[in-house]
Amino acid sequence: MARMTMIEAVRSAMDVSMERDDNVVVFGEDVGYFGGVFRCTQGLQAKYGKTRCFDTPISESGIVGTAIGMAAYGLKPCVEIQFADYMYPAYDQITQEAARIRYRSNGDFTCPIVLRMPTGGGIFGGQTHSQSPEALFTHVCGLKVVVPSNPYDAKGLLIASIEDPDPVMFLEPKRLYNGPFDGHHDRPVIPWSKHDLGEVPEGHYTIPIGKAEVRRRGSAVTVVAYGTMVHVALAAAEETGIDAEVIDLRSLLPLDLDTIVKSVEKTGRCVVVHEATLTSGFGGEVAALVQEHCFYHLEAPVVRVAGWDTPYPHAQEWDYFPGPARVGRALVEVMEA
Amino acid sequence: MAPRKSASVSSRKSAAKPAKKDFNGGTFAEFSKEEDLNAYREMLLIRRFEEKAGQLYGMGFIGGFCHLYIGQEAVVVGMQAALKEGDQVITGYRDHGHMLACGMSARGVMAELTGRRGGLSKGKGGSMHMFSKEKHFYGGHGIVGAQVSLGTGLAFANRYRGNDNVSVAYFGDGAANQGQVYESFNMAQLWKLPVIYVIENNRYAMGTAVSRASAQTDFSQRGVSFNIPGFQVDGMDVRAVKAAADEAVAHCRAGKGPIILEMLTYRYRGHSMSDPAKYRSKDEVQKMRSEHDPIEQVKARLMEKGWASEDELKQIDKEVRDIVADSADFAQADPEPDASELYTDILL
Ligand SMILES: Cc1ncc(C[n+]2csc(CCOP(=O)(O)OP(=O)(O)O)c2C)c(N)n1
Ligand SMILES: [Mg+2]
Repeated sequence: MARMTMIEAVRSAMDVSMERDDNVVVFGEDVGYFGGVFRCTQGLQAKYGKTRCFDTPISESGIVGTAIGMAAYGLKPCVEIQFADYMYPAYDQITQEAARIRYRSNGDFTCPIVLRMPTGGGIFGGQTHSQSPEALFTHVCGLKVVVPSNPYDAKGLLIASIEDPDPVMFLEPKRLYNGPFDGHHDRPVIPWSKHDLGEVPEGHYTIPIGKAEVRRRGSAVTVVAYGTMVHVALAAAEETGIDAEVIDLRSLLPLDLDTIVKSVEKTGRCVVVHEATLTSGFGGEVAALVQEHCFYHLEAPVVRVAGWDTPYPHAQEWDYFPGPARVGRALVEVMEA
Repeated sequence: MAPRKSASVSSRKSAAKPAKKDFNGGTFAEFSKEEDLNAYREMLLIRRFEEKAGQLYGMGFIGGFCHLYIGQEAVVVGMQAALKEGDQVITGYRDHGHMLACGMSARGVMAELTGRRGGLSKGKGGSMHMFSKEKHFYGGHGIVGAQVSLGTGLAFANRYRGNDNVSVAYFGDGAANQGQVYESFNMAQLWKLPVIYVIENNRYAMGTAVSRASAQTDFSQRGVSFNIPGFQVDGMDVRAVKAAADEAVAHCRAGKGPIILEMLTYRYRGHSMSDPAKYRSKDEVQKMRSEHDPIEQVKARLMEKGWASEDELKQIDKEVRDIVADSADFAQADPEPDASELYTDILL
C-alpha cells in the first residue's frame, strides 16, 4: 500500500488503466506537457508518449465531441475538463451525443468515455471556478455520475469508470485533492497521508459504480452526502454529538437507493447535503425517493442543506459554503422536529 | 513594404508563413511628447498596480485567481488611445489593465481583488469579474472565449442604434481556439458589425505554448475564410498598437465590418499567481524584458528626446505609486460585503 493524495490516486488510476489497455487515451487542456493544472496527469505523457497523453486546444465542445467519436470506434478516452465550470460548451455533446449514442444506434455504438472534472468551491474561485454541476448530468438519461470523497475511492472508481462501457462524468471535489476538508476553513486540513483512506494500493483494483459506503454508523438520523460534504457531515456529527449515520453516495447515477432506504428505515430521519445550489439540486431527488420509499418510517420531514440559490460569490465564500455549522443546525432541527 | 521601425517581437514569425500585408506596411507615426508621456504614465500605472496586486496576493489579502497583465501594458494603452467616448471594451479574466486603461478607479479594482464592498462588483466578483457602465467596460469574464460573442453583440447593438461606435473584444491566443470565436467571426462579417477582435498573443495559454495547441499560429489569419482582414502588430510597442488601432477603428466606423488585430505580446508573470511558469525558460522571459519592455521603450525615447528628465520620470512614478498605494490601503481597510448582499442582483 502506498500513501496517496487524491491527485496521486487519480493519476495512478489513469496510469494503471493506460498500462493495461492501449485503447485508453488521456487528454485535455494543459494535460500533456504541463501535466494538468492540478498535476493529475503529471508524467503520463513522458511515460506513454504524445499519442496517448496529449494537450488539446481550449475547445471544450470539440474536445468532448472528438472523444465521443473516438469512443464510438473503440477507444477509451479519459478526458480532463480543467474545471467543471468549463464544461458548458461541451454540454451539447455530452447530452445529445455521449448520452444518446447507445440508444440512438440501438446498441451498435457506445460511448465509453470518462470526463474528469474538478468541482466545488473552497478555493476562492468565485462564480466561474467553484461550480458543482452534477444535477445537470443526473437529469440526463444515459450518463453515469461519480463523485469520490477520498483517494482510495477515487482510484478504484476512476478505474471502474474508465472500464465502464458507458459515459461517466467523474466529478473530483477539488477541495479534497490534498486532504479531507471538512469545512473548517480556518484550520489546516490534515493531509491524506495521515488518513486511512489515503492508503491506496499501487496496482489495479476497482470499486463498483453504484455502491454507497456508510462512513459513520449511527442510529439517530441519516445524512446522505457525497464529495466534500461527506467530511463536512462527519464533522457536524462529531460537533453536535448527534448519532448520525453518514452515507457517502460515491455515485449519484446509478444511485444506491438500498443503502439509503435501509438507513432511513432505521433512523427515521434524513438530511441530504450538497454544495450545489438547492433548487432542482440532486438533494431534491434523494428527498423525493426517501419519502416515496420510507414514508411510514419517517418521523420528521426530510431536510436539505445546500449551497444558496445564488452564483458562488468571491467574498462571502464561507457564507455560501454549507459548512459544519449549517449542517449541524439541520441535524439539531430534524432531531427536534 | 517598408521595414518595421522598432525592434520587433515579430522576429518570431516563421519564414514559411504565407505572405501578407503588414499593418501600416510596418511603419507608424512617432508619438508626440504628450502621447509618449501619457502612454508612459498609463502603462506604469498598470505595471505598478499589478505589482502591488501580486504583493497583496502573496500577503494573503487577495485569494483565489489573480491574473497579472505585466508585460502586455502597451496593448490596452495603445488601443484605448484610439477609442472615443461610447466605444465598448470587453475582455477575459486578465482584465485589470483593461479596466485601468478604461479609466476605472484603481480603488474599485483593488478592492474587488480583496473582495470588499467598495470593489467594482461589491466584492462578489473577484479579479475576473468586474464591469463599468460609465466607462463602457463590459467585463471581466472568467470563461475563456465567452466574451468574444458578447463583444460581437455589442457591435450589433451599435449598428442597430446607428451610432458610429465600435466594440473592442480582447481575447488570448488560447481563447482563439474556442468554437464560438468562429461563429462570431462569421456573424460579424455577415452583418458587417463594427467590432475589433484584439487577439493578445502572449505565446502561452496557461502552461501550453501556442504551437502545442494551434494549427494556425498566425492568429491574424484566423479570419481569412470569413474575409475578415487581420494584421499582426508589435504589441510591445505602444506606437505600433495605437497606429493599428487607429486604422482598425476607422475601418469599423466606416461600416466595413470587423477586423482582427493580433498583438504579439508577452506576459512576464505566470498565468496566474499560483503558476510558477516552469514551462518556459527564465532566459526567454529575461530576453523579452530586456529587449522589448513596453515601458522601457517609451522611457528611453522620452529621455533620448529630452522630453523628460530622470527627475520628471521619477515624479510620474511617484504619482503612480501614490495612486496604487491608496488603492491598496483602501482595499485592505474597506469592509467585506454584508451578508444581505448574497442574494442581490440575481433576478429583479
Ligand atoms: C471555457 C474555459 N476553458 C478553460 C478555462 C481555463 N483557462 C483559463 S485561462 C486559460 C488559458 C487562456 O489562455 P489565453 O487565451 O492565451 O489567454 P492568456 O491567459 O494568455 O491571457 C485556460 C485554459 C476557462 N477559464 N474557460
Ligand atoms: Mg495567451
